[in-house]
Amino acid sequence: MQSARKTGKELKIMNLRRRARTDVPLLLMTLPGIVFFFLFNYMPMVGTVLAFKNFIPNRGIFGSEWLGFKNFEFMIKNSYFWMALKNTLTYNSVFLVSGIVFPMMLAIGLNEVRNKKVARVYQSLLIMPHFVSYVVVSVIVFAILSADSGIIKHFLEGMGKEPIPFYSEKKYWPWFLFIIYSWKGTGYSSIIYLGTITGISDEYYEAAVIDGASKWQQILHITIPFLKPMIVILAIMKVGNFFHSNFDLFYQVPLNSGLLQPVTNTIDVFVYNTLRNSNDVSLSSAVALVQSVCGFILVVTTNKIIDMIDSDLAMF
Amino acid sequence: MRLFSKYKRGPLEISDSASVVLNIVFTVLSLSCLLPVLLVYITSFTAEKSIIKNGFSLFPEQWSLMAYKTMFDQSLTTIINSYKNTIILTVAGTFFGLLIMTMYAYAIARKEFTFNRVLTFYAYFTMLFSGGLVASYIINTNVYGLRDTIWVLLLPGMAGAYNIIVLRTFFSNAGTESLIEAAKIDGAGEFRIYYQIILPISKPALATIGLFLSIAYFSSWFNVLMYIDDRNLWTIQYMLQRTMREIQTLINDPDFAASEEGMLLLLDLPNESAKMALTVLSMTPVLLFYPYFQKYFIKGLTLGAVKG
Repeated sequence: MQSARKTGKELKIMNLRRRARTDVPLLLMTLPGIVFFFLFNYMPMVGTVLAFKNFIPNRGIFGSEWLGFKNFEFMIKNSYFWMALKNTLTYNSVFLVSGIVFPMMLAIGLNEVRNKKVARVYQSLLIMPHFVSYVVVSVIVFAILSADSGIIKHFLEGMGKEPIPFYSEKKYWPWFLFIIYSWKGTGYSSIIYLGTITGISDEYYEAAVIDGASKWQQILHITIPFLKPMIVILAIMKVGNFFHSNFDLFYQVPLNSGLLQPVTNTIDVFVYNTLRNSNDVSLSSAVALVQSVCGFILVVTTNKIIDMIDSDLAMF
Repeated sequence: MRLFSKYKRGPLEISDSASVVLNIVFTVLSLSCLLPVLLVYITSFTAEKSIIKNGFSLFPEQWSLMAYKTMFDQSLTTIINSYKNTIILTVAGTFFGLLIMTMYAYAIARKEFTFNRVLTFYAYFTMLFSGGLVASYIINTNVYGLRDTIWVLLLPGMAGAYNIIVLRTFFSNAGTESLIEAAKIDGAGEFRIYYQIILPISKPALATIGLFLSIAYFSSWFNVLMYIDDRNLWTIQYMLQRTMREIQTLINDPDFAASEEGMLLLLDLPNESAKMALTVLSMTPVLLFYPYFQKYFIKGLTLGAVKG
């Protein structure tokens, strides 16, 4: 009797042992990840104190003297910073809309292609640009635009027109960047939408057809409402990245051309150029911190707003 | 999961005329994706003098293999070395990245794990707030001393919270739960469950994330630009990026281009067709691989989009 009925203390120990049998190996499995995040994510977070310091390399981050908000004052006075901020926000606003509308249209269209084998061929080709790196894109763009042997130059020459020096004419670049961004990402982003669209039961559409709904009405009143949760989630993720820009697109594709800076200089390009070319750790770290903090605030607030509207759609 | 709707010629299908228009639109769009890529391949096989005379073209006057010869004559050792680095980084980065992330994701997917909530947040928080480029740069160079080492190209990109969350979603599917229960009753330990049950049934997720990771490593150049001076640590993508950068320097600064130093640089640069041959080297492996993985990552992406 005595041995079969365990005392409370013994039960506790048994329970602990059982827990340890799962917890210890699982903890060991997470250990490399814990160390990784600590070294390459959390340490840089601590490193953001640089923004309040006058960094001197041989004194290290923690040995360098405090400057208070001096670096941020320099930042506010720097006209290139404002230019970069404006460009970042403008491009991201446009990309937010186009990055949702274009892939959605593509997915809806692709779903309507009758021959499914052909549709699959279209899809394979449409996602191809995603698998071409931006460095390669910059080579292709250069082959099209270059002033020596560019396709457009020879085309214009053939028509007896003057060639355009694209790499020093900033007015074309907002369009070029928009086209390149859409070219590269639209097909790939449409995959997610297509997955949802094919999951919608035909019954909805059949009912709509019986009620005499046209294809457009079906898209508007059935397809798009089904896509709404996905649109919301993807939009939050994009808004959360509103202060970030694709460095490869804005730095590499225009080949960091000085004359194009007014339309290609985004925050990431600015931070990079300030760090590497002017070696100004203080200013660039202040800008980088502002970028991170704004990003953090944006993710948390947009998620809060969505949580209030419809808590099922919120990410956390 | 069905990739496309199943019905054929039902009342839901679009009309004949709409179908024609749709197919024309998609043909044009598909070609606009294909042709720029094709242009690279074609010009790499074009005689340099055709390019000089007619510019880049999809229909060259004269074909030639000279570009590849020029490229290899000019920089064979650098190319071999850069390719070797790229392959080492891609293989090691993908392998260890997957290992770290799947183990972590498996642990936080287990409901019995006492620390699963804490550790989920620990990973998740890195998605909300990042130290940014400058702090990472200073920490990696000044604190860890990784400048000009292969580690700085390998380590920082290895694991990412987003991929871990996607994997966790995949691992905590209803099906796996009962499998794990059964294995536990049979006395299997956590490592065995992870290795012999979870990994084999998660092939689509592993293929998807493995593909993304290997593409990221294969295409990486930014870290080389940031951290590497040593020519022996270049990657193939960086070689190409560097070439483009030097071309731009020459265009931006005519005075420099006319100087002796500039002339030397110009001589050292690959000509147009050789540059395209180098581009072919740096993009072909990815373009060869992705169609094979297509059905996996389409599945993986669609699953990953489902809230975890």
